[in-house]
Amino acid sequence: MAPVIDTLRLTAEEASGLLERGELSATELRGAYLDAIADRDGELHCFLRTVDEADGDGVPIALKDVISTKGVETTAGSRVLSGYVPVFDATVAARAKSSGLSLLGKTNTDEFAMGSSTENSAWGPSRNPWDPERVPGGSGGGSAAAVTAGLAPWALGSDTGGSIKQPSALCGNVGLRPTYGSVSRYGVVAFASSLDQIGPVAKTVRDVALLYSIVSGRDPLDSTTAELPEPVRLPEDESLAGLRIGVPTELNEAEGIEPGVGEAVRRALELATELGAEVEECSLPRSVRYGLPCYYLIAPAEASSNLARYDGVRYGPRADATSYQELVDRTRDAGFGDEPKRRIMLGTYALSAGYYDAFYGQAQKVRTLIIEEHREALSRFDVLASPTSPTVAFRVGERAGDPLAMYASDLLTIPSCLAGLPGLSIPCGLSEGLPVGLQLIGPQFGENLLFRAGHALEKALAFDTVPERWR
Amino acid sequence: MAISRDEVLHVARLARLALTDEEVERLTGELDAILEAVGIVSELDLAEIEPTSHPLDLVNVWADDEPRPSLPLEDVLANAPEAEDGLFRVPAWRQ
Repeated sequence: MAPVIDTLRLTAEEASGLLERGELSATELRGAYLDAIADRDGELHCFLRTVDEADGDGVPIALKDVISTKGVETTAGSRVLSGYVPVFDATVAARAKSSGLSLLGKTNTDEFAMGSSTENSAWGPSRNPWDPERVPGGSGGGSAAAVTAGLAPWALGSDTGGSIKQPSALCGNVGLRPTYGSVSRYGVVAFASSLDQIGPVAKTVRDVALLYSIVSGRDPLDSTTAELPEPVRLPEDESLAGLRIGVPTELNEAEGIEPGVGEAVRRALELATELGAEVEECSLPRSVRYGLPCYYLIAPAEASSNLARYDGVRYGPRADATSYQELVDRTRDAGFGDEPKRRIMLGTYALSAGYYDAFYGQAQKVRTLIIEEHREALSRFDVLASPTSPTVAFRVGERAGDPLAMYASDLLTIPSCLAGLPGLSIPCGLSEGLPVGLQLIGPQFGENLLFRAGHALEKALAFDTVPERWR
Repeated sequence: MAISRDEVLHVARLARLALTDEEVERLTGELDAILEAVGIVSELDLAEIEPTSHPLDLVNVWADDEPRPSLPLEDVLANAPEAEDGLFRVPAWRQ
């Protein structure tokens, strides 16, 4: 008789132990997640599609729908890719597969990963497991909500300006945006290539570290990847003795941070002090003020170029037309939703003759300043800390009609993304009954530092990742 | 106004989007608000600062010059809305 599997609580590490000790078969384990999906995904809409046949005998995994999966439809949340079935695997999908991780399905995302709520998905929004009237964050809301709801033990997302960290914060789990260049982007639907990174979502820091160790490292198929300077260490230490934590004033006192969010983060930092860390204020004077504007020039500019490939010729549906010109223009207008159109237009404008220097060129220089500010702060501290998101999960529809309000959701995650630095979000408490995320930022390839700090805090905080309504 | 209706139409032509009148109307307002917000990057004097196009210090990444098999033609065309004789089929450039 197989043990009863509580997927809401089971970690990937525990699941892997059960399989190794033969206490559970891979089919039983996978079946438990498929049952959980059948039970709870009608309400949450985390998955765009599930996979019936197991392609591995290890712990199952969910992949965000921007990651190409051979033979399994991949739409990036967009109508312009509906029906697209990749003929090859993304490197991260191939690495997961070769480690035995079996694909459960593809998770919902804002269209082309553009958004902070999954409301921009062409296939309808996902819901927050803590309160289905609220968004799970975005763009990786499907992956984050699936992990919290026990529909997958872990998942991979993609992060351009906060799409892993922010949904993890809003759903109360752990998300890592790795150092730019540490995980291959080959076969991942491109949004903004100098910013996009693939990273893990799970219930614990150790699970995140384990999945990161599986997918990271140089890939000959992505020339922007680098070999990790040191192997991934699964964190064990529960002390923070000697760790220097910088608390950037501008990231912790930014306008719009809810009092309950600030309070939960301050309590976590007090706890860090008790665990032996040296916690001190520091400053990133220009990174917060200019980070968001800089990002909303660079990311749309790169997106306008990347999304030029959707022309109705090689894949995706095609609009009726009598000439090639008409075919392209109409396919694009019919295929893209409002947010990609907004960003294509913004990016094309920022790159166009007469505006390039004032907008795109200037933003690239601001990016240099932001990198220098972070380098200076991280020369004095091991990690930097702040809230991940200024607010807890907001209501479905609340920001959907106001692009600037939606963009502000990523105010605190964007600066370190521009700097190419790794960031970890861990749950650090509740505000108004909803999870609050603590963001830890490390130096380039400083993931092991983040895992160490995150793990010790996670143990001390003892946050219950199961939403209150399911306990 | 940071952007006019005519400029929106010009950018839509560059971006190859056949926007409807309603979309042009809405995007003109939205882009104007967004450009005003992001335009604050112009208030900094950055004459002496080098631009960053990529956050990782990698230069001259070489691949070994070894042939690898490519995707079979049949796979390449598998997702095409229309294909014929091993080619993607599209309507004539102009009618």
